[in-house]
Amino acid sequence: MRTAFIETLCDLAAEDDRIWLVTGDLGYSVLERFAERFPGRYVNAGVAEQNMTGVAAGLALSGKIVFAYSIANFPIMRCLEQVRNDVCYHGLNVKIVAVGGGFAYGAAGYTHYGVEDIAVMRALPAMSVVAPGDPTEARLLTRALVEHSGPCYMRLGKAREPVVHEGEPKLAIGKAILLREGSDLALMSTGGMLKTAVEVAQGLGADGMSVRVLSMHTVKPLDGEAVQAALRETSAVFTLEEHRETGGLGSAVAEVVAESGVHCTSVRHTGVRGVIFKRFGIKDEVLHEIGSQDYLRERSGLSPNGIIAAIREVMARAR
Amino acid sequence: MSSSVALARTIRSHALRMVHHANASHIGSCLSMADLLAVLYRTVLRVDPARPEWPDRDRVLLSKGHGAAVMYAVLAERGFFPVEWLDTYCDDGSKLPGHITSRDVPGVEVSTGSLGHGLPIASGIALAGKRDGKTYRTFVILSDGELDEGSNWEAILFAAHHRLDTLVAIVDYNEIQSFGRVKDVIDLEPLAEKWRACRWAVREIDGHDHAQIEEALSGVPFEPGKPSCVIAHTVKGKGVSFMEDSLAWHYKSPDAEQLARALAEVRGEE
Repeated sequence: MRTAFIETLCDLAAEDDRIWLVTGDLGYSVLERFAERFPGRYVNAGVAEQNMTGVAAGLALSGKIVFAYSIANFPIMRCLEQVRNDVCYHGLNVKIVAVGGGFAYGAAGYTHYGVEDIAVMRALPAMSVVAPGDPTEARLLTRALVEHSGPCYMRLGKAREPVVHEGEPKLAIGKAILLREGSDLALMSTGGMLKTAVEVAQGLGADGMSVRVLSMHTVKPLDGEAVQAALRETSAVFTLEEHRETGGLGSAVAEVVAESGVHCTSVRHTGVRGVIFKRFGIKDEVLHEIGSQDYLRERSGLSPNGIIAAIREVMARAR
Repeated sequence: MSSSVALARTIRSHALRMVHHANASHIGSCLSMADLLAVLYRTVLRVDPARPEWPDRDRVLLSKGHGAAVMYAVLAERGFFPVEWLDTYCDDGSKLPGHITSRDVPGVEVSTGSLGHGLPIASGIALAGKRDGKTYRTFVILSDGELDEGSNWEAILFAAHHRLDTLVAIVDYNEIQSFGRVKDVIDLEPLAEKWRACRWAVREIDGHDHAQIEEALSGVPFEPGKPSCVIAHTVKGKGVSFMEDSLAWHYKSPDAEQLARALAEVRGEE
């Protein structure tokens, strides 16, 4: 995803000299191509994220569209108050890009798990929050961020994520992308879980279930219409994210579900129709385990087979 | 046009009335930098109140955003917005909150309030100007207490590395921070040497001597290729005898009787 991001950013920067790239001393083997082509619009701010964010704000106040890049939590948590006050308070064109969302740096240990980022960024007024599901979406979202006016946060994976989309979907910030139509249940995925969502749909499809798959590449503003449609047109909604269960996509969708007037379970003998709702995410605990992204997903119940088994159980109980 | 000394008296009076009206804090912080602002806005800055967004204007960022009252006062007196606005300071629905905002207030460059934010933003503005070949200067006014914030030292390293010689940091060194004397809380000394070691060009001045202020602020950059730091030795509450050098007046607001005495002193009647 990071390659898709930087290639797209270079293409855009060639057309628009307002585009700048600021990094917190990270991006080896990725950002060089921008730095070499546009040295006058590239800044390595050093290992100093508070200043990096303030500098990005100052550049944006001077008319620039600034991408501020670093790993996982560094460009949002170390400098959270700069993001809130310098960027969001002023409504500036600063696009924060975090590489390594979720467990992408799983072997690096807890400091490098980017698993609360969506919740933290979603809490900030004026901030749009996006998490591409594959390199195609990363490319399209990078372009969309430039066209979008105001603060954005984009969570990327790392490298070599599979392309999930066939061809190029139509993408707009705030609009879910339908990958697969279905009427029994809906899977809503954000970020790098998109491939898993498709695999889960295939697995459940083999059971005879008709499964809708939606890429929720934008968590804020959430596509509430897509959620409402899923509540109307299917009997179960599941959210998938490599993020805490608290505060991320699952919470955002739950907020829509809770206010939708739909019952979350069928009320027996009354004929009231209910819709099952469940979040798949990472439990609210400090994770001391390390390992590959796949290993940590599996341990968190986020492997395709783990999710398939859990959904089968939930659906069977509801019958 | 009135002198900077007259302007300083006027904005001190405004600030006193404003904090009295609002029962607000931070009058000591306002009075300590009144002379710096008066000289900046009367004789140093290239600004045009009729065109607050003029791209080539000098920028002033108030990093010590709690000094808002006196900053609003100088901007109003300089013609950026009507002086009547000052009467609404901190009122319900007012444009003028107790920590400075740029939202709908002409002449204010950035909103601050939490400390340690101004210098990094100013560094970004100065960097943009330098890379775009602009000649505007970026002044940022810092408190002494906020130099405890690590973000400032990140920016100090950054600005020197990028040779931002259109950037000017002015430290309002009144030696009192929120909960005590600077030397007792986190001693900054030797302060000038710290900035110099970080490759800034530094001058120390009496922050109430208008000739010294003008000489220093008009003489930037002090060295080509280096950002400039003016350490302005000031007195918290300067101009009102019973407020001077007092921690209490970081918080207290003058009552009607105190206001009358303070205004008389500021006008030079006592």
